[in-house]
Amino acid sequence: MFTAPEISYMAFAPMIVVLLGGAAGVLVEAFIRTPATRRSVQLALTLVATVGALGVAVVQWATYSPDSAGVIGQTGYFVMDRQALAWQSMILIFGALSALLFAARTRAGESAFTPLGSAAPGSPEEAEAHRRGLEVTEVFPLMLFAVGGMMAFVSATDLIALFVALEVFSLPLYLMAALARRKRLLSEEGALKYFLLGAFSSAVFLFGAALLYGATASTGYGDILAYVLASPGDLTLIIPGAVLVLVGLLFKLGAVPFHTWSPDAYQGAPTPVTAFMAAATKAAAAAALLRIVYVALYPLEWELSWMIWTIAILTMAVGTIVALVQTDIKRMLAYSSVAHAGFILVAFAGFSAEALSAVPFYLLTYGIATIGAFAIITQVREKAADGTVGGEATRLGQWAGLGRRDPLLAGAMGLFLLSFAGIPLTAGFIGKFQVFAAAVDQGGWPIVLVAVLASAAAAFFYVRLIVLMFLTDVPEDQQESVEVDYHPYTRVVVWITAAATLLLGVLPAGALALASDAGTLLTGL
Amino acid sequence: MFPFLTVLVLLPVVGAVVVRALPEGARGRVREIALGFTVAEALLGVVMLTQFDLGDAATQQFTEVYSWIPQIGTSWALGVNGFGLSMIALSLILTPLVILAEWRKDKDDATAARYLALILVLQAFMVGIFAARDVFLFYVMFEAMLIPLYFLIGGFGGEQRRYAAVKFLLYSLVGGLIMLVGVVALYFVGPGGEQAYLIDNLTGYAFGTTAERLMFLAFFIAFAIKAPMVPVHTWLPTVAETARPGTTALLVAVLDKIGTFGMITLGLALFPEASKWAAPVIIVFAVISVIYGAIAAIGQTDMLRLVSFTSVSHFGIMVLGIYAFQQTSVEGAALYMFNHGLSTGALFLVVGFLIERKGTPYVGEYGGLQKTVPVFAGTFLIIGLSALALPGLSPFVSEIMVLVGAFGVAKIAVIISALGVVLAALYVLLTYQKVFTGPPNEKLGKTRELGLRERLVLWPLIALMLVLGFVPSLAIDYLREPTAAVLTTVNAEVSE
Repeated sequence: MFTAPEISYMAFAPMIVVLLGGAAGVLVEAFIRTPATRRSVQLALTLVATVGALGVAVVQWATYSPDSAGVIGQTGYFVMDRQALAWQSMILIFGALSALLFAARTRAGESAFTPLGSAAPGSPEEAEAHRRGLEVTEVFPLMLFAVGGMMAFVSATDLIALFVALEVFSLPLYLMAALARRKRLLSEEGALKYFLLGAFSSAVFLFGAALLYGATASTGYGDILAYVLASPGDLTLIIPGAVLVLVGLLFKLGAVPFHTWSPDAYQGAPTPVTAFMAAATKAAAAAALLRIVYVALYPLEWELSWMIWTIAILTMAVGTIVALVQTDIKRMLAYSSVAHAGFILVAFAGFSAEALSAVPFYLLTYGIATIGAFAIITQVREKAADGTVGGEATRLGQWAGLGRRDPLLAGAMGLFLLSFAGIPLTAGFIGKFQVFAAAVDQGGWPIVLVAVLASAAAAFFYVRLIVLMFLTDVPEDQQESVEVDYHPYTRVVVWITAAATLLLGVLPAGALALASDAGTLLTGL
Repeated sequence: MFPFLTVLVLLPVVGAVVVRALPEGARGRVREIALGFTVAEALLGVVMLTQFDLGDAATQQFTEVYSWIPQIGTSWALGVNGFGLSMIALSLILTPLVILAEWRKDKDDATAARYLALILVLQAFMVGIFAARDVFLFYVMFEAMLIPLYFLIGGFGGEQRRYAAVKFLLYSLVGGLIMLVGVVALYFVGPGGEQAYLIDNLTGYAFGTTAERLMFLAFFIAFAIKAPMVPVHTWLPTVAETARPGTTALLVAVLDKIGTFGMITLGLALFPEASKWAAPVIIVFAVISVIYGAIAAIGQTDMLRLVSFTSVSHFGIMVLGIYAFQQTSVEGAALYMFNHGLSTGALFLVVGFLIERKGTPYVGEYGGLQKTVPVFAGTFLIIGLSALALPGLSPFVSEIMVLVGAFGVAKIAVIISALGVVLAALYVLLTYQKVFTGPPNEKLGKTRELGLRERLVLWPLIALMLVLGFVPSLAIDYLREPTAAVLTTVNAEVSE
């Protein structure tokens, strides 16, 4: 017989706010016809939903009861503890910042999205849509659904719930990745690859979940843990199951060898979507990995750490080395994000408890700098001979001399790059320090040494862009081919993220205190 | 008490902001303003010097400790003993002189403003590093300092400057990141807690032999790259030949001392057993540095590269002195760090003046300048003689202290290193001979004599070397007790 589950609505209020906002956004699509009005309403709605949910999350954070490991509420499928709240707040911040980027326009009034996603690239329908000034404002509710899915993803404690959340946030992302205004074919190709490989990884994940269910007769993390603890000798199904489930999550994290989608998807997607995808997806994936490893699988440390070590080292090496030879800035940042996935995995070495606060902090610093960097990419535009401003200038060579043209913007980009490289006095350094500390805590010396060498190599390609921006003289014939665009929303995002990067680097004590609070995770369900 | 050291760190930062933010109309005065800030900084240093209790030179004075990031055990902790004070004094002396030396280099005021702002930021980091009493703070400054240096090397200077800047950065970053592993480990192996990184809390802490040795290596590699020792010295000649002489003067005279400074204040103090353990190998590398640097210097035709190789040789002597663990040798090394700063700083600047006149760094393109510019030639000669440690000039005292001090424990090393001192005579005098004596090179045309500004830069340094050459105790009094205290830690370890 079916019994309706008891849901503590209050505990899940942040998610509910966001998903209701998404539903309202769909209604807005149907009822408001003027593109400009619709865009403003959608932006307002998205900001209200994300910031409102963030407010609810903060209130919950402040009122949790300390004797229950930070738990606010739970069902059999989801748990709201401080760890989940920290991740949800982070994803909401990324969502709000990305929404501003979604709404930004070029000086010529051009958005980042195609006016008609269903039209074939270069077709008369597309030209007609351009002429009539259509706009795809569905991206706002789509993003809200993705945010809602991610929020569920980070608090899921059941493999089925985790899978549903995974699909809820992935499907909007596949769609949004295909909507770039320029280079439509590239965008559609990237989105298709993302979708196909994503579907494949979902299948792998489900297979792993099925194996775990076969062994334990349950999909709940608590039952899996109980089974592992009770019968440590019988792991025939558990190990392959756990490995396959982890592979599904590592795909979303962009770890090697499951990273092949990310360069194409990052390059093809509209840059605001890339920013959101890079920051928020990675955060959600890292959060889900943390929870499944620390709640269900931690007794298997000895059996699983070889896999995590191998993948972490491979990821850092491949991400760094391939990034060295990229000539497109979006692809370069895509491979750099792969390398960062490797650094995140370093924290897992030895399953240290420190990782529970180090990983959220790392993702916060990484996500903020990523959104800022992609925001700046939307501002650097190609300029044709007749003075019309074109698409983004993503060839690295086109960034030469940006430091002279717009010192503040180039300075902010330099700051983000230094933060990626982990130079002290930027947020990235503290993040890296925390992650290395988590690994060293459990004797992960060798992997930290590899990480350190990878950091040094990675610094090379970040610094190369800084050299281009500040120290390279612009050839005469290129002087006019690039234009720095301006939109207040984008600039607001750039300044917020730059200020945060500096603040988290110089005075991180407050944020670290929050992160260490978030380290209490409801274990042993 | 007045927070001398914090003000000393922040004043140049304020100066840098002011210099960059000057309105268009006031840009013409940018050099005077920057110089003003460094002079104010130096005056503050003089006040500090008078407040310093020399009778208690081994104790950290002017200490300030504020909690910074308690979660990872770091504090904003500053303090100096006589040794740290001498290094800070060196940077306070040289920075205004470098600004004066580079006075006319930039025709364009905006470019000058960029250069001067970077120099001021660099000064803040120099003071901060020598005053840091927290390992994490030291590390942060050690790494963050690379950013202004990188832009100073890559943004101003010769054709190959971008290549040189990247090479410098990669060498330093690799060293720094390896050190980071040591820094992270220190938290877990050490006492931990909210003040885990205070050097005073870590001194004398028993880490366990293996951990101590590994951490020592992590720190030492970073310091050896900075110092620079053979075989990780190759970034220095590349940087020296392309960067501005003023930048290189600061780099070699002050910043590279962070390597040897770190070897003493962190290496010996925190890891005494491991220092003893590694000393024989380090001394071998030090001796190789001494000889290799000197021979390579003789082979150079570019004067800037030549001077940089002489420094590789001299740093070898300092490292030899440190790892001989004798009172006289360590004291001599500490003194040499100060004197070498004066001598090499002056040498880079005077070579810079010469290149400014004729546009070429190559020895072979000069000749017979003695007759046309006698004052210039004389100044060059005295500075050159200080580099070969002529008695009467201060580097002599320190070099002899190192060699005599180390002789008892490392005879062969000292005998070979003494050869380096002989070779020094060769590279200095040969260069002088080719550039200044003989028939005047017709192609050179008329050469300008040393101007007033240039005399103001070089002569104070010469005067200081003369004073300390005849009355070395003026400086040694500041260094004896701090080095003795460090040696006590090291030797206590051995007697156990």
